[in-house]
Amino acid sequence: MDLSLSDDQKLLKETVERLMQDNYDIDKRRTYIAESNGYSSENWQQMAELGLLGLPFDEEYGGFGGSAVDVMVVMEALGNGLAVEPFLSTVVLCGGLIHDAGTAAQKATHLVEIAAGKRTFALAHSEPQARYNLANVVSQATAEGGGYRLSGAKCVALNGDSADWFIISARSSGNARDKEGISLFLVAASSPALEVTGYQTNDGSRAADISFSDLLVGADALIGSLDQGYGVLEQAIDKTIGALAAESVGIMDTINALTLDYTKNRNQFGKAIGAFQVVQHRLTDMLMETEQARSMAQIAAMALDVNDQAERNRELAGVKARLGKAGRFVGQEAIQLHGGMGMTDEMTIGHYFKRLTMIDRSYGDADHCMRRYTEGLSS
Amino acid sequence: MDLTLNAEELAFRDEVRTFLEAKLDPVVADKVARSESISKDEILAWQVALFEQGWIVPNWPVEHGGTGWSVMQRYIFDEECAAAGAPQTISFGFSMIGPVLIAFGSDAQKDRYLPKIRSSEDWWCQGFSEPGSGSDLASLRTKAELDGDEWVINGQKTWTTLAQHANMMFCLCRTDPDAKPQMGISMFVFPMDLPGITVRPIKTIDGGSEINDVFLDNVRIPADSLVGEINKGWSYAKYLLSNERFGIARVPQSKYQLRQLKNIAGIQISDDAPLLQDQDFRTKVADVELELKALEITNLRVMLDARLDGTPNPLSSMLKIKGSEVQQRISELMMEALGPYGLAFQPNAGDSQSNTPVVGPEFAPMLTPKYFNNRKISIYGGTNEIQRNIMTKAILGL
Repeated sequence: MDLSLSDDQKLLKETVERLMQDNYDIDKRRTYIAESNGYSSENWQQMAELGLLGLPFDEEYGGFGGSAVDVMVVMEALGNGLAVEPFLSTVVLCGGLIHDAGTAAQKATHLVEIAAGKRTFALAHSEPQARYNLANVVSQATAEGGGYRLSGAKCVALNGDSADWFIISARSSGNARDKEGISLFLVAASSPALEVTGYQTNDGSRAADISFSDLLVGADALIGSLDQGYGVLEQAIDKTIGALAAESVGIMDTINALTLDYTKNRNQFGKAIGAFQVVQHRLTDMLMETEQARSMAQIAAMALDVNDQAERNRELAGVKARLGKAGRFVGQEAIQLHGGMGMTDEMTIGHYFKRLTMIDRSYGDADHCMRRYTEGLSS
Repeated sequence: MDLTLNAEELAFRDEVRTFLEAKLDPVVADKVARSESISKDEILAWQVALFEQGWIVPNWPVEHGGTGWSVMQRYIFDEECAAAGAPQTISFGFSMIGPVLIAFGSDAQKDRYLPKIRSSEDWWCQGFSEPGSGSDLASLRTKAELDGDEWVINGQKTWTTLAQHANMMFCLCRTDPDAKPQMGISMFVFPMDLPGITVRPIKTIDGGSEINDVFLDNVRIPADSLVGEINKGWSYAKYLLSNERFGIARVPQSKYQLRQLKNIAGIQISDDAPLLQDQDFRTKVADVELELKALEITNLRVMLDARLDGTPNPLSSMLKIKGSEVQQRISELMMEALGPYGLAFQPNAGDSQSNTPVVGPEFAPMLTPKYFNNRKISIYGGTNEIQRNIMTKAILGL
């Protein structure tokens, strides 16, 4: 048993932290958000040059064979600086999915391009009627002429407004909520049958609702086996949840530092508000929640690296549920302790609070994940 | 980073399991499972078994009878003992005064007391709190005055756990009333059978009486009863409390209790179905399970954090806070699981001597009292509010 980072992981951590220090502050972030794609292409290229965009891929696809713990290290640092680049969607989620289930040709095409920073991806899976139930898919895929015809609509595909490619899920057999019968397809964003409506998200990132009818794709667009997309999706989303856990920890660390700093410098009643015990105890509670969250992020990373799928899936649901609770507590307390200033767009704290809040909305909120976790509760 | 035990750790775990199978009395383990109180003789039998195995003071230096185990070995040992339902050893000698004597005691004190702590020949109690000095311990007023070559002690100690079994006490007394409160306190060790010592039990809300008032009236003790230097008692007390931190989160014990909770909730019927199938109750159990999972890792992180300067990790206060919350929550849910049977007060039910029949399921009698009793965990050893004050200073620098 060992809970320390390896020397390589420490180096990786320093690398990403330095990148964030050099390239990020709240004003720079505002300019990145204002870019047409919603992030900084220069940062993205730099991340590629540092090898981050291929981190979890095999070497033959331009990667480094990184583990979930490696991804955790990167995500924590990205959370620390509140990065808006689409690392999670492109590398962890879609890259992870292609890596796990793609053909050698698909990997050679897409992973290499992702690692080089030349292609971004978004997952188009959620549908309005599904909320967070992964198996609830009604978009249709029908076999046709050796390929498939896709029709349907997807909502809140994160980073979907600027992605070069989509992974689209559709039902190729079975009923609306069956796990069996979901298939996954690679579709270029430039495909004319795809209608993409992009918008901002509350945390300064981007997303899109997409619809498609009679979208024709070749047989080579199918990822993994026909009808067997659910397990692949579940595994990729587990990885995403693990990464979000680490990002949350990075965010909470910064929130705590900003809040502590504020309470040391804000004077009321003739002294710094940090001198009041009622404020001090709230700060210690925030710190404890963050440490519990850090432990949960580590549990997530270790579970992703070793466990079998059923156990891992339940473990990750538990992590997301606990993280949602921690994030809500830490974020709300931080705004409260900033008082009126916490309400202003000018202060950094609100931006961290918003991202933390949006993480709970993504890929299953605390209630949804808790329900999933309790399903597997056994003695 | 990984959570699996290596071959060496697995072999050690098996060694501990073999020992537990051979030496842990199943009758006692059964009592632990039902949260019944463990008698003095039963505790002593378990401590002697550990002593004979050489495992009674893993936290001590090897030259004083320690095991030389790694942090992981100590953790595995605690985990296996708890999982098997071993009773708690009494920490006052092993974890509290023992390490203080090793660090600050005279050679004569070490020779005299350490062997008897290890063998359980001596049972120690702690004379810290006083009626007017709880969280503000440094305000304590029990005084020790030199009279010739003897100290004379006058005052009152309280909340003294298991003083009724103890034959030795370590005690904080004021030796300089004019100094700053923390700078005028000394630590003494003395027997409990001296003239002038009166122990009076305090009945607690759970119906038990494990704590006591201890009155000290003109208690005369020899000069060599002083530990270390005069007026340094406060720093020894702080050292003592920081030493107590290793197992403070009680993670192995809570894992054991969580299993008991699930067993009980699986047996208890609510509206014709097992309680554990009730979604609301499941969510509560899951909630505390997740908290405990996180705490297990937080605890390991703190324990494995080898601070080069030897100072305790300030997060140990967090272990006390979160650990107490988890323990209290589990015992609350165990009481809740009983439903209406949680009402029955039956302190002697199921006791082999009293032959009083149990009202409700056989595990019912002690669960409500246990819930009441466990409220103490966030109060003793520095309340959770005091722990937050410690964290404020140590981590936040406020």
